[in-house]
Amino acid sequence: MNGVEGFMYPNEVELQWSVLIVLYPFLTGLVAGAFILASLERVFNVEAVKPTYRLALLTALSFLLVAPLPLQLHLGHPERSYEMYLTPHRTSAMAMFGFVYLWYLMAVLVLEIWLDYRRDIVELSRSSTGLKRLIYRAMTLGSSNISERALAIDEKTGWITTIIGIPSAFLLHGYVGFIFGSIKANPWWSTPLMPVVFLFSAMVSGIAAVMLLYMLFALLRKQTIDMRCVDTIARYLFYTFIIDFSLEMLDLIHRIYESDESFRSLDFMVHTKLYMSHIVIQIICGTVVPIALLALTQLLKLTDIWRKRIYVTAGCLTLIGIFAMRWNVVIGGQLFSKSFLGYTTYKMGLVTREGLLTAVVLTILPFVILGVLVKLLPPWTERHFEPAPSALSS
Amino acid sequence: MNLTRRHLLLLLPAAGVAWKYVLAGTPEAAPNYKLSEHWWSMLIDLPKCIGCGNCVRACQQENDVPDGYFRTWIERYHVNDYDIENPVVDSPDGGKMGFPPAKDGSGKNFFVPKLCNHCADSPCTQVCPVGATFISPDGVVLVDKTYCLGCRYCVQACPYGCRFINPKTDTAEKCTLCYHRITKGLTTACCESCPTGARQLADLKNPNDPIHEFLKTHSVQVLKPSMATHAKVYYNGMDGSVR
Repeated sequence: MNGVEGFMYPNEVELQWSVLIVLYPFLTGLVAGAFILASLERVFNVEAVKPTYRLALLTALSFLLVAPLPLQLHLGHPERSYEMYLTPHRTSAMAMFGFVYLWYLMAVLVLEIWLDYRRDIVELSRSSTGLKRLIYRAMTLGSSNISERALAIDEKTGWITTIIGIPSAFLLHGYVGFIFGSIKANPWWSTPLMPVVFLFSAMVSGIAAVMLLYMLFALLRKQTIDMRCVDTIARYLFYTFIIDFSLEMLDLIHRIYESDESFRSLDFMVHTKLYMSHIVIQIICGTVVPIALLALTQLLKLTDIWRKRIYVTAGCLTLIGIFAMRWNVVIGGQLFSKSFLGYTTYKMGLVTREGLLTAVVLTILPFVILGVLVKLLPPWTERHFEPAPSALSS
Repeated sequence: MNLTRRHLLLLLPAAGVAWKYVLAGTPEAAPNYKLSEHWWSMLIDLPKCIGCGNCVRACQQENDVPDGYFRTWIERYHVNDYDIENPVVDSPDGGKMGFPPAKDGSGKNFFVPKLCNHCADSPCTQVCPVGATFISPDGVVLVDKTYCLGCRYCVQACPYGCRFINPKTDTAEKCTLCYHRITKGLTTACCESCPTGARQLADLKNPNDPIHEFLKTHSVQVLKPSMATHAKVYYNGMDGSVR
């Protein structure tokens, strides 16, 4: 049969989960990572990363809004997906998706953003005119009190929300890892390390994404980059990356040393079908090189311009590496037969419902949403409010 | 609204057609069938299987299984004397049209029919996010295709590769042990069409079922016992190389 080497059970030849399911953990990983970076400033008082606090929150929201789309597009019957809310099956790891997602979106992210921006929203609703005024007024949700006391309550509630948000972010992505890690039928996925590896890789990708976005927006706005800020983010990226890489290597070494019945099959796959995406892109280009680059910035006294160049290179490679990691988990886990006697091939469609074009659109969409959000709710620390006409007259 | 004779004449044929559809959707009555009195399984006597493919064809016809997908299939194992852990397996078109002559004359060749194992602790039902797939009280793993989301998690969770997504319905599908037949006192299509009796439907709750005597007197195995799914398809004479 075309694309099959050795023996596959006949129903295994076709892959069940496509590139869209690769995208789903990639997007939720960016959400969780960005939020955890934001929480550094809020909860752990890391002042240096303050310039990225709001940007990180908006980034998390943009990606979170898009995260369920690949799942919806993948379902055979998306019109029935609401059943997961109405009749969730308690033993299913996937059944909790809707609840974890809604909890994180509404109870954590939207609430925290709203509380943090409430003062700005109220001021913008007074200073703007026309449609924008209507939008901002709607966004105030009728709460226009920006007295010192009200803002203090906002601050305290926001802090509590972040405290709840950190374990929620861990839950969101650790849970995604559990969806794969709990499938005992699949030895490539079935490891208790999977949720932890997913979590740390999420933090790595989220931190890298916010660092790059901060530098990109600074460039677009012709503002100077706060080097203290990016140096601190890069340092956190470096530390998290080392933990992430150690966990992945632990998993790898454990598999090699144990060499259970699946090992020969998986080893063959890594050296053939997954060689490029796993060894070259994920491990060498997407992990070892960025870690080495980040280590250089820690060890050597480099000029600002060189550090910026290294951060951009390392950040981009990191994102590519983490995407490759998701690819290798999701696609790699379906390329070998559960009989361990053969391999199939993933044939990605181009303009099909689950094809490359859809994946590209879904990857670009969060950036479009982020662009709109940044326009609507500027995350920059400096403020330029024009006084409202009514305020002038009074 | 006043119903005139003219309106009534127009409505009656429509009502007749509608009623026909209602009747068509109603399962044939099986008044004597009690779910709690049965616990279905299957016995596969491997030395009797000749790999003719009758079971695969019968299943496809009985259950309208799309081409290229299989509720049941046959694998042919070729095991060399010196390498029993690495068998060479083939299953051309699920063994539907039988098998070409074996190329390698050395070692041994044998056939292994496969189907859903109707596990008592089935990982596929565990992972279904909405409970569209479930274990019936008489021990058959079924899918409610009017409820299935088509998320494919169950396909990933099955260690035996028994599930697929039916491209016509976009829902998960698998062997139902011909539930529509066995609840009416018939056997499955595959068992009925097997010329050698290699497949036998068995009711573990029926004390008179010959399965009990067979299990007492033979060494039977299930596929992948390490998965601890409590599979209910029993294989007699199964080689250790089968997976």
